[in-house]
Amino acid sequence: MIEAIRNAHDLAMERDKRVVVFGEDVGYFGGVFRCTAGLQKKYGSNRCFDAPISENGIVGAAVGMCAYGLKPVVEIQFADYMYPAYDQIVSEAARMRHRSAGQFTCPMVIRMPTGGGIFGGQTHSQSPEALFTHVAGLKVVVPSNPRDAKGLLLAAIEDPDPVIFLEPKRLYNGPFDGHHDRPVVSWKNHELGDVSEDYFTVPLGKAKIRREGSALTVLAYGTMVFVAQAAAEEAGVDAEIIDLRTLLPLDLETIEASVKKTGRCVIIHEATKTSGFGAELSAVVQESCFYHLEAPIVRVTGWDTPYPHAQEWTYFPGPERIKRAFAQVLEG
Amino acid sequence: MTAPRPLSLHVPEPGCRPGDTPDFSDFEIPRAGAVRRPAIDEAPEDMRDMAFSVVRVLNKAGEAVGPWAGLLDAEALRKGLRHMMTLRQFDERMLKAQRQGKTSFYMQHLGEEAVSCAFRMALEDGDMHFPTYRQAGLLIAGGYPMTDMMNQIYSNAADPLKGRQLPVMYSARDHGFFTISGNLGTQFIQAVGWAMASAISNDTRIAAGWIGDGSTSESDFHAAMVFASSYKAPVILNIVNNQWAISTFQGMARGGAVTFAARGHGFGIPSIRVDGNDYLAVHAVASWAAERARSGLGPTLIEHVTYRAGGHSTSDDPSAYRSKEEFSAWPLGEPIDRLKRHLVTIGEWSEERHTQALAEITDEVRACQKQAEANGTLISGRKPSPRAMFDDVYAEMPPHLQRQRQEAGF
Repeated sequence: MIEAIRNAHDLAMERDKRVVVFGEDVGYFGGVFRCTAGLQKKYGSNRCFDAPISENGIVGAAVGMCAYGLKPVVEIQFADYMYPAYDQIVSEAARMRHRSAGQFTCPMVIRMPTGGGIFGGQTHSQSPEALFTHVAGLKVVVPSNPRDAKGLLLAAIEDPDPVIFLEPKRLYNGPFDGHHDRPVVSWKNHELGDVSEDYFTVPLGKAKIRREGSALTVLAYGTMVFVAQAAAEEAGVDAEIIDLRTLLPLDLETIEASVKKTGRCVIIHEATKTSGFGAELSAVVQESCFYHLEAPIVRVTGWDTPYPHAQEWTYFPGPERIKRAFAQVLEG
Repeated sequence: MTAPRPLSLHVPEPGCRPGDTPDFSDFEIPRAGAVRRPAIDEAPEDMRDMAFSVVRVLNKAGEAVGPWAGLLDAEALRKGLRHMMTLRQFDERMLKAQRQGKTSFYMQHLGEEAVSCAFRMALEDGDMHFPTYRQAGLLIAGGYPMTDMMNQIYSNAADPLKGRQLPVMYSARDHGFFTISGNLGTQFIQAVGWAMASAISNDTRIAAGWIGDGSTSESDFHAAMVFASSYKAPVILNIVNNQWAISTFQGMARGGAVTFAARGHGFGIPSIRVDGNDYLAVHAVASWAAERARSGLGPTLIEHVTYRAGGHSTSDDPSAYRSKEEFSAWPLGEPIDRLKRHLVTIGEWSEERHTQALAEITDEVRACQKQAEANGTLISGRKPSPRAMFDDVYAEMPPHLQRQRQEAGF
């Protein structure tokens, strides 16, 4: 997935001179996860460069660059580090078009590695997507595989509005079925790991059905997509698994059609439960599918605690918890 | 070893609160013309003295003196006087309109007119300002229509910002005026980003960031300083030290530093303090900084020393937190009077011409107001379409907003 993201940057920079890439360690070194490797060498340090350790500085400068007419693609080294930039994201980038009646816009992409599963402890594991989906003016994207990561990132760069691009870091080096004790599998032999070198986009706001099924609907994104898939296969449940891909704007059409078909819905995310994005999903499913529901909606999420270190796999909503949720929603 | 004594917290307080006698005797003010004018390429470490003094051009006799004088001819000075007088008239009319309930809120510039009016004349069209809410002189001196400013203040049907923003939070891209934020300080680093973009694009245009004394405490200020310094961005960073952040005196943000300008030293940014009530000094220092930026010499930090003679906004009463006598004791005087006296001294202005100009400006501002009020005010007449609230959240309205707009009845 790293190579797909790197390649997307490369193609965007080649195609559009206005695209500039910066962030902590992204220049010479190519990023701590190597997502921008080689870009400075190829495009020069005027278009790909290191930034001081100042997240509000990075996003604030990017807002100014947008006002000038550039298209910055910035990296926040970990989503956990974005809080100093939150004012610039929420009060500035997100509202720029609206408050200036279209005089100024913010066509920027803010990339950040998200989620746990790598023993990152509480400062390298968080999933803050709900802090962004609550904000009018932002788009929020979470890819689950290399092909989508590339196509969605290119779509995000093309997009005229600010896009928060959350990259599940557990998926950088391979798909993950939630069984942390099994050997790591790479993307190499995975169908979605085979990514064309050509320029292509995956449209924002469109979910993808990863597995068709009739027993229940799973709403998931990022890391949890393949965990849900593994759980369904292990439990022998004919689940329809929807990979949301874009959380805002949400593809309600795909969600609605599926839940109306299955009558049951399980929502899965790694972030904490209370006021998490699952709460929004649960509400929209209830609003649009109430009379089709055969059972209460069930959420499987991280616990409402800081993301722990040694207890990482107790926190993580793994296959066993998902299987129990399947059983619960099928009983109802 | 003696036993440790209990610690106590130091909370800075101004020397003068209501009922006290104002005392500015600690404020060291050099004679006009006394402060040197460094070469634009002088090393930052060799001009640290500039942060501890005050560049002044106009002396008490109304003469322009010293190495910073001589940039502007009489015609330019009369124009500058007119801009400041217009801004003051504009403020008076809009304050009155707010008191009459025609809008919700207003912020005036009383005593600070020289800062934005003079600065604007030192920059070029095409340069970009990232202002705070107290630099409307940038618009007035830049020729932006006053009627459009009033349309914005009234949030009426002709408001260029469609009724979305608080009064005075203007935006005028074509006039090099970035959309004002009520979240203080955010624009300072954005100005640096704009300047970096200009450099990345091999452009020749420069940016100017603006911030108040109080907001220099925000992290955006420090981010801006680091970025401007590291990338040598073509930007002028302006701190307007008007002594008061609502009811908090400037010492709270300044802390143990002697001046705000000295903040630049740790970043290796040339930093200079200027008499903000001296139109000629502000213009000269701004021109110097602009030349530095345009020559690829990087950022300059300017501290404009001035005094906020009015309230912070229409929502506060300054007599509740500071002495009423403070402005009359303020040692740098009043910018319109000072420029007027200079023009009279050099034989380029007179009381008669001043009275005449004031009458013309009053008529002009009144005519603009009439025109704006024909488009409506916040409480009466034509208003922006409620439907417009849903526009511009995104370039293309996503389905969930379309549904909400329908639900709202539009």
